[in-house]
Amino acid sequence: MSAISEQKIPVLRELEPLLPANEAVIKDRIVSSIYQQAEAICRQAVKTGKPPVNLDARLDGILTSRWLGFPIMLLLLALVLWITITGANYPSQLLAGGLFWLEEQLASLFMAWGAPAWLYGILILGVYRTLAWVIAVMLPPMAIFFPLFTLLEDLGYLPRVAFNMDNLFRRAGAHGKQCLTMCMGFGCNAAGVTSCRIIDSPRERLIAILTNTFSVCNGRFPTLIVLATIFMGALVAPAYSSMLAALVVVGIIMTGIVVTLFISYLLSRTLLRGVPSFFVLELPPFRKPQLGQIIIRSLLDRTLFVLGRAVVIAAPAGALTWILANSFVGDVSVFTRLTSWLDPLGQIMGMDGIILMAFLLGLPANEIVLPIIIMGYMSAGSMLELDSMSALRTLLLDHGWTWITAICVMLFSLLHFPCGTTLYTIFKETRRARWTLLALLLPLILGILTTLLVNQGAGLIKL
Amino acid sequence: MHSSLSLADIPVGSSARITSIVTIGPNRRRLLDLGLVPGSRVDSIRRSPAGNPTAYWIKGTVIALRNEDASQILVDTRGVF
Repeated sequence: MSAISEQKIPVLRELEPLLPANEAVIKDRIVSSIYQQAEAICRQAVKTGKPPVNLDARLDGILTSRWLGFPIMLLLLALVLWITITGANYPSQLLAGGLFWLEEQLASLFMAWGAPAWLYGILILGVYRTLAWVIAVMLPPMAIFFPLFTLLEDLGYLPRVAFNMDNLFRRAGAHGKQCLTMCMGFGCNAAGVTSCRIIDSPRERLIAILTNTFSVCNGRFPTLIVLATIFMGALVAPAYSSMLAALVVVGIIMTGIVVTLFISYLLSRTLLRGVPSFFVLELPPFRKPQLGQIIIRSLLDRTLFVLGRAVVIAAPAGALTWILANSFVGDVSVFTRLTSWLDPLGQIMGMDGIILMAFLLGLPANEIVLPIIIMGYMSAGSMLELDSMSALRTLLLDHGWTWITAICVMLFSLLHFPCGTTLYTIFKETRRARWTLLALLLPLILGILTTLLVNQGAGLIKL
Repeated sequence: MHSSLSLADIPVGSSARITSIVTIGPNRRRLLDLGLVPGSRVDSIRRSPAGNPTAYWIKGTVIALRNEDASQILVDTRGVF
């Protein structure tokens, strides 16, 4: 052996870089040579351009420019919402009209059959009416909103949003990909939480998971859109009403983004301390959208999926609400007992007991919060029939709603506990009860404080 | 080849050739996998509205890197145009 090493034969010297200590060097050489080889092949086969001096570059120059990048983002968001609000109004009325006409037919069928009152109550006034509301109120906005959002996705706009916003996430101590998981959350928070797997660092993944609920999800968009339409829209001349309603929804979404950044900042400096890890973002070329695919994907995968989920959960929730509202202890219904117990808390938060009860019963899915509020009011008072937005407005006004109430409900919709599916997903992803609990308490406490401040503040300056 | 200039330092619109990558471990591998190997040409093409991250043209794709990460990549601007 010693004889060989003394001789230092050339083979051994050549093998030296292969020693474990030089692992990095050998890996670099492997990758470099792979690229050299690939480039050599490429040069023979493909003609490549210089850096992009084409339409893509020009588009990027506008969409991510210093002065226009952010205004364009806001404008696109407002435009999408404005189209949704304007376009959803008429089909919504049409659907409501049709579904309540069907209710009358069903009612007379029940009469003719001589069905007992409780069965009629549970099935028609509970289940059917809630379902009718979910479909009439939610289907049209979703059928317009989702294709528009999918169109932006398909064009390749989302990576540009991440590119524009990354500096904010970097400053908040969060990973750049959190912007993408946040966008995914606008679709569905449970999907958003699952998508956090793309973040490798556990610290940054947890921040992204815990803040995902601050993205307004599909289940909450319809509530926000409906409330903004009937309360904010009514504050100005009809010509501007859908514009103002759209701006209010944009405001709520922006509030959610600000809260996301703020909470990420707090978490990355307290519970989840650390520095941002490595981040690479590809800005793929813009693509020509495939309209057929967009419509199929957004209508089948999103609209019908969300609507189906809402229907499956709304049906039993409608029945439960009706039973609670029609089972009496003394002369007061169980529902009224529960809601009057919640009422004091609701009042200081600018809402009432029925609204809080609706959020609690809406734990399985945010989609059913508004229908439960409606049911609560209808079963507490007279059984009026709702067949349009204006009837809904009258119902809410009759129960003491003002635009402050609407703002507080919208804020609480943004800031309360994540829905049951999301909580379950958070538990599955983190495998810790304490992170799940934090994900529940963090937005809830924020929501209580925010609505309290808004309501008390509005009271102080006598709005 | 002894350059202390990093990819984060080169102005938008200019190009450079990579001399070495300072970082180690999985981050190094990720950079290499993107085509950021010593010897390759990189063009700085645009900064985000807030100045960070910066988008680079690397072997036919546009890739954005945070300036902190780009400063791990040392470059040489001589002889590249």
